[in-house]
Amino acid sequence: MHLLKTDSGTDGLSFAASVSEQVPVEQTAPSMDHLDQLEAQSIYIFREAFARLKKIALLWSLGKDSNVMIWLARKAFFGRVPFPALHVDTGKKFPEMYRFRDHYGKEWELDLRVEPCPPIDAVDPTLPPAARSAARKTEGLKMALAKYGFDGLIAGIRRDEEATRAKERVFSPRGLEGNWDVRDQPPEFWDHFNASPPQGAHLRIHPILHWTEADIWAYTKRENIPIIPLYLAKDGKRYRSLGDQDITNPVASSASNIDEILAELEQTKVPERAGRALDHETEDAFERLRVAGYL
Amino acid sequence: MNMLVTPTSPATPNGTTRPQVRIVIVGHVDHGKSTLVGRLLHETGSLPDGKLEMLKAVSARRGMPFEWSFLLDALQTERDQGITIDTTQIRFRTNSRDIVLIDAPGHAEFLRNMITGASQADGAVLIIDALEGVRDQTRRHGYLLHLLGVKQVAVVVNKMDRVDFSADRFKEISDEISAHLNGLGVTPTAVIPISARDGDGVAERTGRIGWYKGPTVVEALDRLEPARPLEALALRMPVQAIYKFDDRRIVAGRIESGSLIAGDEIVIMPAGKIARIKSVESWPVTPLGSRQGAGRSVGITLDRELFVERGDIIAHASTAPRETRRLRARIFWLHDKPLAKGDQLLVRCGPKESRATVVAIEKAVDPGELSSSENKAIGRNHVGEIDISLSNPIATDPYTENPRTGRLVIEVAGRIAGGGLVLSVDAGQRAVPVDIVPVESALRPDERSARYRHNGAVVWLTGLPASGKSTLAKALERRLFTNGGSPILLDGDTLRAGLNGDLGFSAADRSENIRRLAEVATHLARNGHIAIVAAVSPSREDRATARRIADIAFREIHVATPAQVCEERDPKGHYKKARAGALASFTGIGNDYEAPQAAELVIDTSKRTVADATDEIEQMLKSSGVLFDEVVDLAANI
Repeated sequence: MHLLKTDSGTDGLSFAASVSEQVPVEQTAPSMDHLDQLEAQSIYIFREAFARLKKIALLWSLGKDSNVMIWLARKAFFGRVPFPALHVDTGKKFPEMYRFRDHYGKEWELDLRVEPCPPIDAVDPTLPPAARSAARKTEGLKMALAKYGFDGLIAGIRRDEEATRAKERVFSPRGLEGNWDVRDQPPEFWDHFNASPPQGAHLRIHPILHWTEADIWAYTKRENIPIIPLYLAKDGKRYRSLGDQDITNPVASSASNIDEILAELEQTKVPERAGRALDHETEDAFERLRVAGYL
Repeated sequence: MNMLVTPTSPATPNGTTRPQVRIVIVGHVDHGKSTLVGRLLHETGSLPDGKLEMLKAVSARRGMPFEWSFLLDALQTERDQGITIDTTQIRFRTNSRDIVLIDAPGHAEFLRNMITGASQADGAVLIIDALEGVRDQTRRHGYLLHLLGVKQVAVVVNKMDRVDFSADRFKEISDEISAHLNGLGVTPTAVIPISARDGDGVAERTGRIGWYKGPTVVEALDRLEPARPLEALALRMPVQAIYKFDDRRIVAGRIESGSLIAGDEIVIMPAGKIARIKSVESWPVTPLGSRQGAGRSVGITLDRELFVERGDIIAHASTAPRETRRLRARIFWLHDKPLAKGDQLLVRCGPKESRATVVAIEKAVDPGELSSSENKAIGRNHVGEIDISLSNPIATDPYTENPRTGRLVIEVAGRIAGGGLVLSVDAGQRAVPVDIVPVESALRPDERSARYRHNGAVVWLTGLPASGKSTLAKALERRLFTNGGSPILLDGDTLRAGLNGDLGFSAADRSENIRRLAEVATHLARNGHIAIVAAVSPSREDRATARRIADIAFREIHVATPAQVCEERDPKGHYKKARAGALASFTGIGNDYEAPQAAELVIDTSKRTVADATDEIEQMLKSSGVLFDEVVDLAANI
């Protein structure tokens, strides 16, 4: 869907802003801008997940969204990520991504667990080629779940990315096979989450579900979060979304820094995942993947 | 979360201060919600390039005419069923607002999704088919909007093309729905005739609805106000967790309302423990010296080691929430099995959870029919008012005082089954332990009061030893009994011989003594009797406890006979013994009696006869609604 310009940095939005100029600072709280509000909500979700589930892990895909997630987790837990960061590795990521993982995994003191995916032959042969390739990740995820017995997986999906993701809950129950029953989602309101998965099943937790692509970039810039350089334009092209090398294509762009990316997003009507082959094979391929447990 | 956006902030079409407003579109299935959304996206230029063409191509490939609703029905399963399954969030902008549209499905099966969506909304659009008019689902959604606290509701009457754009038909529907919403306390911000399919009334007033002078849908959305700030309310920070990752012990939570800063004195509820905020912790910069307001997720350290746990509420001592084991809530029920009296549940109030029992179902309403059912169970998708008894005390507020902490959800078998608003907090009532089934009296309170000519009450006489409490108590007992009432005397000393025989005179034992007196007296009062308690009860805090337990039945009388007079009287010889040092912990000769500050009545027995004083008590009981006023009562019987 259409991406709005974010209101980041616009203190004038908030109630307290006009007041704070007239009264002493300690009398009134600094106003919250749009990014502050998103951040506070995400921190709340992280803390709920950590408090209510027994064994959780964060899915680190190395992309811009999951890097923001790690940053938010460190905010929530005062500098630490108190659960493992799980990289389900298809083995086909860009070299820059692997370098990023190895460097920041250490620098951020993550409990990094790299889990491999099964070979392509092990995946549903009726799926179109790119979807089938992506489905390896679902299988790898299932293997990791079985290995560690996590009851909650934190994933960096966003509602604005893709229509089926828009239907997600913040705490999203998965069946015993990791499948998502879109028809029978429990109600979720007033920041009360369903956090009791049946024995053997798990929950997906989506702390940045309410963020947009532009929010992610504005926040990345504000907090100075490291990014993989593939997101910035080189020779008139850049990656808006990073997946496996063979099923991800760059989009035409001249944005060589985050400000230019934000300006570009303000104008574009091209969907974020336009460069992801699996989104375009058939109308329902992505949904079939998600119902089966894909992110 | 609520947006901290003020309605008074300048709203410029392309400026940086565009308020964000979240809206939900609700209404009966097939009345055209998805069509309206598709049309709105188109009219506001919000569709990605090629999306419309792509969907038109898909329709052609399938041999179906294009429908605007296809834009939203992104899931193939939805298109197969012809109903929208779930809430989606879509963004577009009007002249001065960024709108986040939460599409809510209309099929009755999916009410929980509508609630999930509407609970996040600042405003709503209620859609009605011009041909079909107001239906059950329309009324139900209107009711739920009211229940969820969504105050801004714009009504659109869709499919006007199917009634030949009849102004009369429009007025008919407009009057009906306006009356319904007004009855719920919701005034529609606009009622708009439209044809979502053709575009009339969506972004422009076409000639076909030339008789309509009000705003278009886009204009109506542009006038919605964002949520009001919560910072002006009292501080409420529900504790999510306590972290000890290093030598800091951080109490983490989100400030739901109010604000805090290092150095504040706070109270941890429901335990009521007092501490000071030592620091506000953060990352990567810490500690924070500035004040932190509503909406922030923060962490604080305290100046002393206290037991704090998840679910506690941090507040300022002067504006603390009430501690309770019993509350009344207005709820909506989403579970297959109807909610009935005696059901055991899990209640969540913020991060706090407590097992709970449904003590009473006061109302059960199908908001579609708007008829109260007599079976006293709340069915799926129905609403009602219930009394809940909690196994653990919780701290909460009525929702009218705090919309964030005054709401709860109910879980059944680990799944959210309903939610609602806290109407009132019964701070006095002790909980019925969850595993005990209380036996109720065979008599109703009004049967007793009809015979006794009074309501139940706790008349609490406090004052120095020998001030005349027992004398007055006995005189009052005689007076009430003579008039046909049912008074029962609970003398502090008498009860110490039996029920309270295990208690001494330490501060803790005195408190427990008072608590037991209050509990027994309250039980009698609930059964229609007037319990007359005569007890020194020197501690203001203990008497406050008694008042909390007896709640509205409590009438405090300060027998304020001067200390010197009391000591001269000394009928039991206690003052003499105390002066001689033979009676430890005797109230009267020290300064340890804390006089009431707001008693219902103050009586100095050194200046009045017993009969006069009894008259005065009787008068107070009449004017405060305990004793029935004979004149009024006679009039009522004519």
